[in-house]
This record gives sequence, C-alpha cells and structure tokens, in this order.
Amino acid sequence: MAADVSLHGFVQGNYSLNTAGDNPDGKDFKWSEERAQIKLEATAEPFRLFIKGDAFHDNIDKHSMLELREGYADYTSEKWDARVGRQVITWGVGDLLFINDIFPKDYEAFFSGRPMEYLKKGVDGAKVGMYPGFASFEFIAVPYFEPNNYPDPARFWMYDPLSVVTNREVQYPYKDLRKTETALRIYRDVAGFDTSLYYYRGYSRQPSMNLVAPTKLTLFYPELSVYGASLQGRALDGVLSLEAGYYDSRQDRDGTDPMIPNSQTRYLIGYQRQLWEDFTLGLQYYGEYMEDYSAYVQYSPPGFPQEKRLHQLATIRLMQFLLHQTMRLSFFAFYGLSDGDYLLNPEVKYNLTDAVWIAVGGNVFGGGKTWSQFGQFAKDDNVYCQLRYEF
Amino acid sequence: MKKFLTLPAVVIVAMLVSNSVHAMTADEIMKKSQAAFLYPGADLKARVMMKLISKGGQERVREMMMLRKNYGEPRSEQKYFMYFFQPADVRNMTFMVYKYPGKDADRWLFVPAINMVRRIAAQDKRSSFVGSDFTYEDISGRNLEDDTHTVVKDEKIGTRDCTVIKSAPKAAEMEYSYKLSWIDKATFLPIKEEYYDKKGELYRVFSADEIKDVKGHPTIMKRLMKNILSGHMTEVSFLKADYNVGIEDSLFTERYLKQPPKRWIE
Repeated sequence: MAADVSLHGFVQGNYSLNTAGDNPDGKDFKWSEERAQIKLEATAEPFRLFIKGDAFHDNIDKHSMLELREGYADYTSEKWDARVGRQVITWGVGDLLFINDIFPKDYEAFFSGRPMEYLKKGVDGAKVGMYPGFASFEFIAVPYFEPNNYPDPARFWMYDPLSVVTNREVQYPYKDLRKTETALRIYRDVAGFDTSLYYYRGYSRQPSMNLVAPTKLTLFYPELSVYGASLQGRALDGVLSLEAGYYDSRQDRDGTDPMIPNSQTRYLIGYQRQLWEDFTLGLQYYGEYMEDYSAYVQYSPPGFPQEKRLHQLATIRLMQFLLHQTMRLSFFAFYGLSDGDYLLNPEVKYNLTDAVWIAVGGNVFGGGKTWSQFGQFAKDDNVYCQLRYEF
Repeated sequence: MKKFLTLPAVVIVAMLVSNSVHAMTADEIMKKSQAAFLYPGADLKARVMMKLISKGGQERVREMMMLRKNYGEPRSEQKYFMYFFQPADVRNMTFMVYKYPGKDADRWLFVPAINMVRRIAAQDKRSSFVGSDFTYEDISGRNLEDDTHTVVKDEKIGTRDCTVIKSAPKAAEMEYSYKLSWIDKATFLPIKEEYYDKKGELYRVFSADEIKDVKGHPTIMKRLMKNILSGHMTEVSFLKADYNVGIEDSLFTERYLKQPPKRWIE
C-alpha cells in the first residue's frame, strides 16, 4: 500500500526587545531568531508517521541549531491506538493555568513573546488510547524525563535565593528506566459535561535546590504524584470549566524539608462567554493550598521568603476578531491575588494574506515582591514581533 | 346553523388542495424548506470551498471537509465534524458541533499545534463562521419558532416558481428586522433570501446559484452571501457532496477530533 505523504511548514522571524532596561548580560533582546519548520506526514493505514522539525538561527547567542519538536509513529485500530515517540500532550481545562497538565512547559518561550505553541514541549514516550465505549482511556509512559524550561538567567532578571552559589550541578531522574513516569486519563461525557479523571506518577518539572556545601548546590526534580479531575461544559450562556488536583510531594510528605515543595491542593474555576459578535471574555480563578503549612513555617530557613498557605491568582482574557476574523486583538492578564503581582500580555495579530501573518505584542511584569511569581520579572518587560509565512 | 355548515366545507377544500403549496401555511413551507436545505439524507459528506471576497476583490480561501449526521426526529439534533485544509495556519484543525433544537450548540475545537481540544463559547445567532458572511445560524439553521412567518406572494426566480415568505424575529435580539425568503415550490430549497435591517433597508442577500441532484436530494452546490453595506461577500461551493455515506457515531468524539480518520477527510 502506497503511503500518502504531505509536506508543510513555515519560515518565521521572532524578535523581542527589552523595554525596561538591558538583560543581566547587557544585551537588548530577550529573543531574536529566524526559524524554519518542516512538518512531514506519511500515512499508510493503520500506520502514520509524523515529523515536525525546526532549524533556527539565534541572533543573540549567534548559533544555529536543529530541533526535533515532534516525531512519532501512530497505530490506529477501532478499539485502541498507540503513539510512540516525541509528542506533545495537553491535559486539563485551564487557559494558561495548568493543574493536571503535568507535561513539560517552556516558560522562557512564553515570557519572551514566542508563538504560543512553543510553550508546550514534547515528551519522549508512548501513549496508548483505549475506547471500550463506556469511557475512554489514555495511558502514558515517559522513560526520559523532560523538565520545564525556565528563563535563561543571562536574559532575564529573576529571583534566586542562593544566587551567590554558582557551582551548581543538575541531577536528572532520566538515567534509570525504573524511573519511567506514568500517567492515566479517563474521560467521558457526564450530563453534557466533558469529564476527566487524571493520575500522574513521576517528578516535579521544577527543580528543587539542595545545598551540599556552602559553595555548591545540586538541582534535582523531586518525586511527585498528582490525582485530579476536570469538568467542562455549557453553562450560564457560556462555557464553564472546573479542575482540581492533589499534588502528593512524595519526598516531603510531612512538609519538613524546606527545599522540597509541600503537598498541595490546586483548583481552578473558569468561565468563558461571547459577549458580542467576535468578542469573547474569559475569566479564571486559581488557588494553590499548601498542606502541612505549620511544618513549612517551622522548617523554613531564615532569610528565605515565606509563601502563604493559600496562593491565589485570577486571569482575564479579552479577544476581539475584526476584518472578517483576519485581525485578532487580544489581552491576557495574570493577577496574583495573594501577592499583588501581574503579567499583562496585549497582542495584535493580522493575517496579511492566507499565507502570511504578523503578531505584535508585549509582556509587562510587575507588582508584588521581588520574589513573587511575576513580580520578580519587573525588569524584563518586552515588546515582541512574530512574522510567519506558512505553507 | 349557517356557520355549522361552512366549517366542514372549508376542511374539504383544504384537503383537496393540500398537495399544492398554496394550501400550505408559511410555517409548513418553512419547515419543509429547512428539511430540504439542512437535513437531507441520513448524513452528508461535502468538500467545501469558501471564498471570502472583499469589496476591492481580495480573496481569502477556506477549504474544509464537512461531515454531518442527523439524529432523532426529523429537523432535530445534528452533529457536525469539520476538517480544515486551508489556509495553512488552520490546516489540520478540526471543529465539532452538537446542534440541538431550541438551545445553543456544543462546540469543540482541536488545535493541532499544541494537541489541545477545547470548548468554544459562541452564540449561533451572532457569530460569523470562520470570518465569512455566513453566521453559524446560516450554516446549521435557525429555530423556526423564533420567527413569525407569513406568505407574501408568489414570484418566479429564473425558471423556478417560488413562494415568498416573510420571517420576522419575535424577539428584538437580532440585527435584522425581517427576512424575505424565496422558496422553490418544486424542491423547497431557498433560492434567494433578503435581510432587512432595523431601518427596513436591505443589507444582506443570499442566493443559491447552482442546484444539483445528489442521490435524489436537490442540493445547493454553489451559494453566495453578499453584504450590501460593506460590499464583502462569501461564495461557498461544494466541490464534492454525497449523502448516506455511513458516518459512524464514534466519529463525533474527542478521539477522532484529534486524529481525523483519513477516509473521512479524503
């Protein structure tokens, strides 16, 4: 059987200029690159092969690289399917708030004004879907741990409680196959609501620090399990989303290790509604409740900023399409209800033709304390531009 | 006594002419029209080319595969599955709608770049479909009970004998005050529609420009919606259309939204 092959992709320029001062290393740009992407797909049912590869030139660090964004093989049958290789998996119902989406993120991409798809990183693993009718199942196994990517300290000003310790070693859990991450999602319709249950057993994708000597620290990814659920459906003339998850910090169950995050309960409520033609409003409330808070307070080292028991956030998204949906004005904001910090992201995107679009936007950080989630980036405001030709 | 005698006579006359359109009420004609226009066959597979044409002549193209299946009573629930081929930035996106009579639809969009399915909050009445001059309601049908329908006159469009029906929304929420529809007496398809704004001025015109018989169902293969005020128009062509192709219920699920089966999008 002959394979059905298709080839698509894009070339783009992506630039992000500082507006609040130089980078820590003195440079003016948070991001500056030219990039080409190829998407190659070959189908010979029941198999399918997909490769998404990027080549780019980074004008700041002056180097060129190849990057395999995704690369996997699919097998599909009536009752089940499988996908093996590097793949992007997205779970949960939050809008830029993640509870059960424990898959790796690239926050540097997000804060630098790169296209939204670069916020998600692929995982190297296998996914098996089963569809027995009463519910659908997704099993995931990831033998090679992939951490989140955080902003580069040469490009972003941010808080580091142990910034004086420069001798740092990273310990990844991926050298041992027995440390394979596993995840399961079970989903079905319940009374008109898309309902999912989630389970994850693996590692936090945010590193914890361990001071092994006064001048040396190791970064490691503590063991983590997550149990959660989500609901999404039509309500109150809009779309209502609910999600919650329990973060079981398996290496610090009693909360006494100050270097490892305590267990948490996380939850969000979202509501999205079209108010007039081509205009949508989205609101979210999000909370993180820390378990064993008294142990956390008791064992917190002096001089470290102390977190609150309940960390709360609100978000708003406004989106207006114009000119027959070829122009999109959007505004997204995070506001820290607990810390008073914020991230504002206005953007205008315009499709000049069916093949060429341009997006211009900004990231404005501030408020709160110098260690707050968004407040720490107060000197990292930037204006960005994305220009893409797609074929 | 006189009144008592005439009533059965009216009934008999009505029964005698019940096969002719003249005897049908405006409501009945609109019901038959909606059935012929939006519900023919058990299901439909159509490759659709949409051209958005600006006043200056600039064209934008949206090309998609539309799969539609009817459920339950005639003119009741429907499910839609759409796969986009063009433009390049929405290629591989899929869109699913569960449409219910008398209440807003459920809609899901799959964004392949981040492998994410999400629900879309949109109201049928006021939302443009992919930026075209067609609203969701134009594509999937308006609840007939929301309007008062009256027969205005008979009129010929080309060679087609049509009944002209005026439909006025009962609530003031719509941007138009009334719509005139030219319903073909032979096929019950709308041949032309005119939308009049609150000032009573014509501002939007629909026309069925090519009708073909597909498996015994007269089908509008080419249609045009023109906005008189902006000069913008949208031309929709069915490049291919087929009925009763045997779409399975399972197609309308998250699983296939994420991985549309090749045979349905070819």
